[in-house]
Amino acid sequence: MSTMAVDDVAVAPVNEGFWTRARKTGLVLTALGLLAVLLFTTLAASEPARFTLSEDASGAALKINGTVGAALFGVVALAAGVAILAGLPKRWFTLVLGVGLVGFVVSFLCWQVSTAPAGQNFMPLVNIVRGTFILALPLIFGALAGVLCERSGVVNVAIEGQLLMGAFSGALFGSLSGNLWVGLVAAAVGGTFISLLLAVFAIRYLVDQVVMGIVLNLLAVGITGFLYERLMQPDPAKYNSAPHFSNWEIPLLSEIPVLGPALFAGNIFLYLGLLLVLVIHIGLFRTRWGLRTRSVGEHPTAADTLGVRVLRLRYRNVLLAGAVAGIGGASYTLALFSFTKNMIGGKGFIALAALIFGRWSPTGALLAALFFGFADQLATYLSAINSAIPSQFLAMLPYLATILAVAGLVGRVRAPAADGKPYIKG
Amino acid sequence: MEPGEIHALLGENGAGKSTLMNVLYGLYQPDEGEILVDGKPLQPRGPADAIAAGIGMVHQHFMLVPVLTVAENVMLGAEQVRGGIVGFLDRRRARREVAEVSARYNLQVDPDATIEDLPVGIQQRVEIVKALTRDVDLLILDEPTAVLTPQETEELLTVMRELKAAGRSIVFITHKLGEVKAIADRVTVIRRGRTVGTATPEASRDELAALMVGRTVRLTVDKQPATPGEPVLELSGLVVDDDRQVRAVDGVDLSVRAGEVLGIAGVQGNGQTELVEAVMGLRPLLAGSVQLGGERIDDWSTKEVLRAGVGYVPEDRSVDGLVKELSIAENLVLDLYDRPPFGRGLALRPEAIKKSAQERIAQFDVRTPSAEAAVGTLSGGNQQKVIVARELSRPLKLLIAAQPTRGVDVGSIEFIHSRVIHERDAGTAVLLVSSELDEVIGLADRIAVMYRGRIIGIVGPDTPREEIGLLMAGITPDPADAGANGATAGTDGGAPSPSGPGSEDEA
Repeated sequence: MSTMAVDDVAVAPVNEGFWTRARKTGLVLTALGLLAVLLFTTLAASEPARFTLSEDASGAALKINGTVGAALFGVVALAAGVAILAGLPKRWFTLVLGVGLVGFVVSFLCWQVSTAPAGQNFMPLVNIVRGTFILALPLIFGALAGVLCERSGVVNVAIEGQLLMGAFSGALFGSLSGNLWVGLVAAAVGGTFISLLLAVFAIRYLVDQVVMGIVLNLLAVGITGFLYERLMQPDPAKYNSAPHFSNWEIPLLSEIPVLGPALFAGNIFLYLGLLLVLVIHIGLFRTRWGLRTRSVGEHPTAADTLGVRVLRLRYRNVLLAGAVAGIGGASYTLALFSFTKNMIGGKGFIALAALIFGRWSPTGALLAALFFGFADQLATYLSAINSAIPSQFLAMLPYLATILAVAGLVGRVRAPAADGKPYIKG
Repeated sequence: MEPGEIHALLGENGAGKSTLMNVLYGLYQPDEGEILVDGKPLQPRGPADAIAAGIGMVHQHFMLVPVLTVAENVMLGAEQVRGGIVGFLDRRRARREVAEVSARYNLQVDPDATIEDLPVGIQQRVEIVKALTRDVDLLILDEPTAVLTPQETEELLTVMRELKAAGRSIVFITHKLGEVKAIADRVTVIRRGRTVGTATPEASRDELAALMVGRTVRLTVDKQPATPGEPVLELSGLVVDDDRQVRAVDGVDLSVRAGEVLGIAGVQGNGQTELVEAVMGLRPLLAGSVQLGGERIDDWSTKEVLRAGVGYVPEDRSVDGLVKELSIAENLVLDLYDRPPFGRGLALRPEAIKKSAQERIAQFDVRTPSAEAAVGTLSGGNQQKVIVARELSRPLKLLIAAQPTRGVDVGSIEFIHSRVIHERDAGTAVLLVSSELDEVIGLADRIAVMYRGRIIGIVGPDTPREEIGLLMAGITPDPADAGANGATAGTDGGAPSPSGPGSEDEA
């Protein structure tokens, strides 16, 4: 350590911080913009890139020359980055950041679509939007399960297990009964079973909630894997052929271009997921239950001294969370696929990331889930058009987006103050 | 308890005041005995029962949810709802209720303010409003003045008088004799879980204090005038941020000389904590310098600072200062474990540690069955004595004592104070930080008042309490004096009364 001379009392520079969080974000966006303008534009072909408003190449489309599009939208990203870097008023920050990111993505797409082989050089927007929602669905349910738990002060790392157990019991009982609704209820019960274990050990026996959550995930993988091999594999016709919910078209709304066919011709899980976001949001911020949930998650002792039954409320919320996640799991096995071993494959953890990215709010979680869903869908699309980017990198895209989102964009967010802390009376 | 009575419950820390009231409020269950309300027995199983029986409580540590608004906090647990089973919150009604109660008892609060943005005094008002909207007949105030400035305390006493006039009864838990004398109708003194006497507030302070501790105590600190020597600690232009990156210390210049006690007075949260931590090397300096005996120590590690002859009594012994699970003997050598005679190479020398522990336990009057007992099993006062014993067992140039007697019983306070003065007389510079004004006045030779990260005045110990109180609220006696603005202090009670509630001058 350097020892300064005593008379050398030059006041150390105050780190007032030119590099605020916003400026750092602006710097990153500027770099992305440069990347788009320089790299994407050079690599893009001077061919038209078509974004069709349908599910295939037919019909109306937005058309732009690949090189021009890549350059144009790259400049948008660059300009947004520079604007933030220059010290934009705070209230414009989110909007400009959003515009910049969209610009970057579109520039990237112009490059990719324009260089795709002939016959594939279009992007069907309906498919993209629909795929985004379908891929986001388990994340939405999972993140909502996280909101219900964590807002009342119980950390829910067991979302993965709850989704998996829901998917499994939905498939099993759906097949056995041949009835969709039995399957749906069974899925909710399956998810609740995992969250009951979480509740009992975390709330009553004060086991560390993160450790408990991880153990429960392993338990769910174990139980469902075992039963899958013992029951479903030998006799799939009996145990693993649950009926699937068909798509319900909502009249009028499904006529809206792009959004209509993508959003209003989905299955029950899509509608249920969006409805739950709304219901939980209103419930959390406008009802007695919500006020009590939030206060128990922030300062359980205060709630207790006012006669709120802290533990009972936590039990109720954790069980409810299990049911929500269970239904989310069934959105696989009662609508899309039959059950396979470990079929959730880490989506529960991405849901956890969506919960944090969405700042523990239902609407935030929805947006975060859609963001991840889009990254996922994009990866699928790009590999389908034989993108020049190696498929391994494309497969990384959703996870890369998760890391960047949680580490970079969210920054320091505040979890409910009592999240993960068991409540001991007195 | 009679209706419209203010009943003070007086006792040392750990005497059982708060436990008793928590039983009454249903937080703890009694093992034996019964509670009578209006002649009927009450067995509160939880706070809900107590509230229903008309009992409200303002806890020592506020029971408010920081991220919620005032109205939300007030209605929590007794929400006005619409929409049947769904239970939509009726915020308008909650707001109106808050406004009504505020107006009736002259307790101004903004129903839409978020709790964490409010100063402590206002938060306490919210607590009182919360209890009053529940229509309580009996209000328990658990050490309500511990966190208030003298002015805020005065306002609280006014509110209490108004409540009394409205026929509400109040149990006022405290260990400050001055406040008891100022407001109580009746005093019950509790010691070691038993009622040891009731008295009227006319009883002398010495009488009350004797009842509290079971023997006569000296309330004033005996000390000779200081004989200050060379400056030992010199701070110049110190700037420090708190954990939230908010400026906590904003340009402090201070110098503490050998053989004097410099007391820093101020309401908690005005940067005292960060100031001390910066000196100790626990918190980075953003600007300025710290010198110990003429040598710059800004970039020294805490260990180096301690080795240089600085003793440190941290403000919260449950977080810093002690490892509760370790024994008393082990805690006593936390600073010296790696040096002879306690450590040699990689090994500790248990005999030496034990022997020295026994000596110090005797010397510092730590009441414990054995030196091997875990520190966590001791009472607050004895835990504090362990820290003081450790810190004063090294030759010191500077002693930094932050809240040295917080949560400590009267007997131990007396002892700790006498050790601090003893250390001063041995030529050590002492930096005392305390939110207890009485303590600062009693011990310090010079008093620096800290407000919003600045020292806004340095006064002598003979300065009237009221003047120091005003400084603590950011009001300098000379209005032309820059740096402080009187507008921020919420002294709507007018001029402070000539005899402050806790004034020590009559003792």
